[in-house]
Amino acid sequence: MANVQDHPIKKVMIICAKANIEDVYAALVMANGAVMEGIEAKVFFTFFGLDAITKKQMKKLHTATVGNPGLRMPGGLPFPTILGMLPGVESGVSAMMKSQMGKLDIPPVDEFLELITAGGGEIYACKLAVEMFGLKRDDFCDYVKDIITIGQFYELAAGEGTQIIFV
Amino acid sequence: MAEKVYAGKTVSVTDEGYLTDPNQWTKEIALEIAKEEGIELTDKHFTVIEFIREKTLKGEALTIRTIGKSGLVDTKGFYELFPGAPLKKASRIAGIAKPSSCV
Repeated sequence: MANVQDHPIKKVMIICAKANIEDVYAALVMANGAVMEGIEAKVFFTFFGLDAITKKQMKKLHTATVGNPGLRMPGGLPFPTILGMLPGVESGVSAMMKSQMGKLDIPPVDEFLELITAGGGEIYACKLAVEMFGLKRDDFCDYVKDIITIGQFYELAAGEGTQIIFV
Repeated sequence: MAEKVYAGKTVSVTDEGYLTDPNQWTKEIALEIAKEEGIELTDKHFTVIEFIREKTLKGEALTIRTIGKSGLVDTKGFYELFPGAPLKKASRIAGIAKPSSCV
């Protein structure tokens, strides 16, 4: 095996295309983790992932209680899909997940974006998806550096030691 | 484990250069480790380092977020004080173990 010191990761380009709490946080934890290690990080939010960076939705992310086989009741019993369909259940489960994360000192989305950008990480919105959802620059939080095309995203990815990660 | 001489004192360090015994730490040692990291320590650095030592020796796990909320320095300022990997660098200079938090 090649020595790990020979080819360190220098830059991570993370694409987040979903609005579930778990997917958004996977992207944010990876981006913040990179910045913490001195690795350049850029996150590109596209499609439903845009919810994570719009002022209106960023504090209201949910986890899916229907069609989510990994979801279990407290205690470990399977979570019945029919229960997940009931009004309020998804909000309740999502609130519980957020409180669990809070206990582990995992910040809410807006504060997480602040941490990442304070460390030099950059946040981008996908131009195509922005147009598709009829969003404007003003709809996005201030942590968003720019609305860019996928071509520009690849330009930013240039360089040795870059990894592109899709969430 | 290895031994290293900083400021005329022999201390034991891990392979990555973190002091294994925080009680061996002195300000003079901190200045020399910081030099290896390319950082010239100021009073501001020491305020943060002392905060990190105090919390860690009390057994609290530190994150960049807790330091950013300490009132001593904000997150951006912390990255500016210890450029690159602030929590790792600051921990090494503060003579404590390598941080193990993910956020």
